[in-house]
Amino acid sequence: MSTAHNSDAQAAVKASTGKLAVAWALVGVPLAYGVYETLTRVAALFG
Amino acid sequence: MGWLDRERTIAPPGFNRWLVPPAALAVHLCIGQAYATSVYKTALVKHFGASLTEIGVIFSIAIVMLGLSAAIMGTWVDKNGPRKAMFTSAMFWASGFLIGSLGIFTHQLWLVYLGYGVVGGIGLGIGYISPVSTLIKWFPDRPGLATGMAIMGFGGGALIASPVSTALLKMYDPNSGAKGWVASGDAVGKLFLTLAVVYLAYMLFGAFTIKVPADGWKPAGFDPAKVKASKLVTTDNVSAKNAVKTKQFWLVWIALFCNVTAGIGILEQAAPMIQDFFRKSDGGSLVSAGVAAGFVGLLSIGNMAGRFAWSATSDLTGRKRIYMVYLGVGALLYTVLALAGSSTTFLYVVLAFFIISFYGGGFATAPAYLRDLFGTFQVGAIHGRLLTAWSAAGVAGPLIVNAFLDAQGKPGQLNASDYQPALLTMVALLVVGFVANLLVKPVDARFHEPRADRERSAEPAMEA
Repeated sequence: MSTAHNSDAQAAVKASTGKLAVAWALVGVPLAYGVYETLTRVAALFG
Repeated sequence: MGWLDRERTIAPPGFNRWLVPPAALAVHLCIGQAYATSVYKTALVKHFGASLTEIGVIFSIAIVMLGLSAAIMGTWVDKNGPRKAMFTSAMFWASGFLIGSLGIFTHQLWLVYLGYGVVGGIGLGIGYISPVSTLIKWFPDRPGLATGMAIMGFGGGALIASPVSTALLKMYDPNSGAKGWVASGDAVGKLFLTLAVVYLAYMLFGAFTIKVPADGWKPAGFDPAKVKASKLVTTDNVSAKNAVKTKQFWLVWIALFCNVTAGIGILEQAAPMIQDFFRKSDGGSLVSAGVAAGFVGLLSIGNMAGRFAWSATSDLTGRKRIYMVYLGVGALLYTVLALAGSSTTFLYVVLAFFIISFYGGGFATAPAYLRDLFGTFQVGAIHGRLLTAWSAAGVAGPLIVNAFLDAQGKPGQLNASDYQPALLTMVALLVVGFVANLLVKPVDARFHEPRADRERSAEPAMEA
């Protein structure tokens, strides 16, 4: 019983980690792209 | 549409609260597009044969509608929960672009006013406040950090929308390679259609990812007694209806209004202003148009970074103290900028960067400040009402700056000293805001919800 319970809990944690990674990537990647594009413009300030 | 109801969004045990910030960010990154309208402004001027002011009205309507809808719909958002609010915001925001594109394709500017301005503006207001109360409830230990993450997205949205929109306009316009190219109306219309689809998908992802905590949930190891370290932080609750009757609400309103107006003072004229500050005796400027564009980009980064960094810092310093920094140190930096900003470009850039970071910080810290003063009961609705300060500043800021600058000449052909009256007026405003913030005291107990009633009213429908 307790082994089955533990494996369920582990599966839930894995699913949560996967969801977390996807969710953060969906917002983080475009944001990083936007910051990078802006910084290339900012470079003109110091060039 | 029961699947949008708050009851259907209560998180199961073991739900990871770190899924909530990306859900909130998904909405704020989309509505942050509102600050990237300059990309197609010239194209719309040409397409409609309208003046810059007539096209600028589109953005003004959207910001006014943002404030109004946030104020009017705040209680509805608190009552119906974040999923329904985000879904509604997505519908309005995407419809705004669709109606706007119809206006562009049929050459009817009023449809763009109605679409992007009115309908889109309602989406902006609901979307802006939709995740705030939920984030505060998931992160009672770090409310400044949580709301800073989401509201940072509003600043970051423009950073994404700007280069993506430019690339799409080039793709949609066959003449994009021509010298002195300005995008066609057809290309802007297609851009609006694309943005409608992409933003709808992203915002729906946010709506279906967000969950509210179950009643009585608190983070592991969190002791509410520790949060009550400052006398300004209440464990009681004040309704939105009562909050607007308190002196504290209006003092924070004044502080936010002054902070935003002062920030807009720089943002409004950022590119011509840096060129004017470093004008040579022959009329040229030490700062080229390319470098000025880089400066505007740096301000966008400062605005976004300030929203996250300063708001997160407020969890350690307390909200009142951090506003003293935004307004007090902001006034000092503004004074140095006005009187000595033209001495070196490095000094000018550093001063402007910090001033704009304080502008962003003021926005992002406001929800946590309201939570401290009025509790979590209807903090979303109270925040919605506070955002009328933003709308008012959106009108007052450009009015003040333009009135002073018009008396001196035309931005892009002025000198540093021509800016002093406008900048020193902003310093005076920041001082007013500083004093208002200084006067903030704990809310009188007569405005608190009765404790027994509060327990009864802490039913799910009123929680997030």
